[in-house]
Amino acid sequence: MKNEHIVHAYDKDLGRLESLIAEMGGLAEHQLADAAEALAKRDVQLARRVIETDARIDALEKQVDDFTIRALALRQPMADDLRAIIVALKVAANLERIGDYAKNIAKRTLTLSTMDPVGNAAASVQRMSRQVQGMIQGVLDAYAQGDIAKADDVRLRDEEVDLMHTSLFRELLTYMLEDPHNITACTHLLFVAKNVERIGDHVTSIAEAVHFQVAGEMPAEERPKSDMTSTMGLEDD
Amino acid sequence: MVEKNHKMPISIHTEVPGAGHHGESKADAAIKMAAEGVDVYYGDKQALKNINLNIPECQVTALIGPSGCGKSTFLRCLNRMNDVVDGCRVEGSITMDGEDIYAKGIDVVHLRARIGMVFQKPNPFPKSVYDNVAYGPKIHGLASSRAEMDEIVFASLERAGLLGEVRDRLDAPGTGLSGGQQQRLCIARAIAVEPEVILMDEPCSALDPIATAKIEELIDELKENYTIIMVTHSMQQAARVSQKTAFFHLGELVEQGDTVDIFTRPKDERTKSYVTGRIG
Repeated sequence: MKNEHIVHAYDKDLGRLESLIAEMGGLAEHQLADAAEALAKRDVQLARRVIETDARIDALEKQVDDFTIRALALRQPMADDLRAIIVALKVAANLERIGDYAKNIAKRTLTLSTMDPVGNAAASVQRMSRQVQGMIQGVLDAYAQGDIAKADDVRLRDEEVDLMHTSLFRELLTYMLEDPHNITACTHLLFVAKNVERIGDHVTSIAEAVHFQVAGEMPAEERPKSDMTSTMGLEDD
Repeated sequence: MVEKNHKMPISIHTEVPGAGHHGESKADAAIKMAAEGVDVYYGDKQALKNINLNIPECQVTALIGPSGCGKSTFLRCLNRMNDVVDGCRVEGSITMDGEDIYAKGIDVVHLRARIGMVFQKPNPFPKSVYDNVAYGPKIHGLASSRAEMDEIVFASLERAGLLGEVRDRLDAPGTGLSGGQQQRLCIARAIAVEPEVILMDEPCSALDPIATAKIEELIDELKENYTIIMVTHSMQQAARVSQKTAFFHLGELVEQGDTVDIFTRPKDERTKSYVTGRIG
């Protein structure tokens, strides 16, 4: 248990900041889960709800911004307080981006639901999404508990997302080669897959921020990366 | 043809080149003063326990800690101000440029000219502005003519950032200046005898924020030529003006290091509690 500040309002501020991040994180994870489910089930209503709900994440980020600016100006935080405040700002920005990607998946779902389904791609996206949802849960736990081992573990789990993305990318290329009628749907699905992969990167960035908050320095090791889609050509097949 | 994709790791705490106009601490700075195994007693009571601290040349070292932690006692050991305190005993070694300042045969008056001091409350002599600054050079025989003395006085007032404000009232009593001006007058008085080290004991605690900012700006300029050791109760001030910080607690030197590290990632729990304003 950490010592309390002499000025109690300071502890209250920091506690409020933590609960804002927890709320934002829970919401972001939920949005991703709903977006992936809407895609898999071609559920237009659910997709619309994801699009509408994104505004709540944006509003929470604004609250975190206001809070951190206020804390920096009034409290002149030092040491772990300073890191907690800077990290909250950074985590909120990453969660906001995660929300945006979920919203974009939902928008594309509206378009995709007007087209024929392509193979099992939507199911593969949902599998990838579940992996990333697990990472979001893990990183939120790590943040709430100040658990550096958990944060580092999440950071390493992103490699699996990269591998899934690479394989999905291949799968979609194959569908497009099979039948040019699939190209429009597959292009949207490529973006959807890329969105999930980017969410994984944002989670990784949050994990690094949590590591920094606890240890006072960034994780030393470069993390393994396996997203090979940037260098993939047709001749691979 | 498949290559790994190397992204730059995202970093949020690394030093930004050129950040902080007060300058980063220089790793290779020469050691101006060094304390080794310093114990200080007031009668039976031990005020400082085994202090080991190197003071780098031409940098600002801040001594911080709660009241009664021994930081002012330590500062006063550095120019032997404690010699005149009854029952005060200093053990261990304190050196300047490798030379023991407590060695037999050291001329304390001369030592205090090399190691000047500025106090918490501005304490100008009840003399004119000019005479306040001229006093030191006169007793140390630094000027052989009125013209030379003028030069010293003007240069010292200029360096202390005060000349522009007092040029027309050099004959007015120093005690008639504002608090901030009086403190800069005391700094001018200290640098008039060409010291190498300046000790400052909470130099801004009696000043308003604007006068404080002027003194801080001055300290930042002075460190080009002088080694400065400052006791301060304001952590923000220590963070703003110093390159090295030493944290004292209950007579012990708990932690020392680059100021940026002490305030962003202190190692000791006691330092952490103190700098973040927690109940230790």
